[in-house]
Amino acid sequence: MTVSLSAWDVANQIKEQFPDAVSEINDQAILVRSESLFEVAQYLKNRPELNFDYLNYISAVDYFDYFELVYQLISINHNHSLILKTRCYGRDNPTLPSLVSLWRGADFQEREIYDLIGITFKGHPNLKRIVLWDGFQGHPLRKDYL
Amino acid sequence: MEVVQRYIYSDTELDRTESEAIEALKENSQQPIPDPDRWLDEELERNILLTSLDTILDWARRSSLWPAICFPACCAFELIAANASRFDLSRFGMEILRASPRQADLMITAGTLTWKMAPQVKRIYDQMAEPKWVIAMGACGISGGIFRSSYNVVPGYNRIVPVDVYVPGCPPRPEALIHGIRMLQNKIAKEHTNIKLSPL
Repeated sequence: MTVSLSAWDVANQIKEQFPDAVSEINDQAILVRSESLFEVAQYLKNRPELNFDYLNYISAVDYFDYFELVYQLISINHNHSLILKTRCYGRDNPTLPSLVSLWRGADFQEREIYDLIGITFKGHPNLKRIVLWDGFQGHPLRKDYL
Repeated sequence: MEVVQRYIYSDTELDRTESEAIEALKENSQQPIPDPDRWLDEELERNILLTSLDTILDWARRSSLWPAICFPACCAFELIAANASRFDLSRFGMEILRASPRQADLMITAGTLTWKMAPQVKRIYDQMAEPKWVIAMGACGISGGIFRSSYNVVPGYNRIVPVDVYVPGCPPRPEALIHGIRMLQNKIAKEHTNIKLSPL
């Protein structure tokens, strides 16, 4: 059975390395600032004690004031998991760093989020629509789409 | 040290089995196989069947409807059930689902169609050889069903291909699909073949 790591313990480890990265912690998840998302993800992947070598999924949620992205990470070596979250403000041109260079599994999921929610991922090698066709107007999974 | 024997059969054994098989076949094949129709007497062989061209063509067409494999969504499972042994579509001469649209003359539109998929379905229809027919299967095939107002769902297959028979249901039961196919057969039976014969 996969053990879900205590978010508080992992957040303390992150804080040692990046003092400003973590903005909120609760029992389930760590919320990091979008500017330091890539560095934190890289740290979580490469630190041998954590070694999150597999990205289960990325999910995007529209809360009207901001978009929240949920990253479920697991480590196949250590058999533990962690939920990482980040927020992205602004509805006109929300931008986040891409994690494709860390986990290849992020490729299609980031394209899907770009397609349906409209978040641009900086550094994505092939950022174009995946479910809908090129030239479709709008982003249908936004709450204000109609 | 002893050498491990790796082969189950030796080469000589294999050769011997082969030669025995050939000898046995040769033994049994000394006479030519008789023509299976030889029991027909000459009178019966010269019999002639008379019918109208329409009747015989429509009979041939309706008795061998071969559906193209083009099932975009979940109604496909009812179609598969209709094809399987319990409902047994092959009783009506259409058990073969063709993977190539060029060998098919019936399109059963089993399932929701998205606009992203629509060009491919249209292309499959265009690739099918004439004469060809379309059955719109299920609520989504008829009108888009519960997804009708979605941004990415085609509201009915008749937007992109001409539909002959509509089978309602979500999904339709295999009996309903078979009934729809029988209705299509009745429709084909009434068709007229327009062959222009040049005057003598």
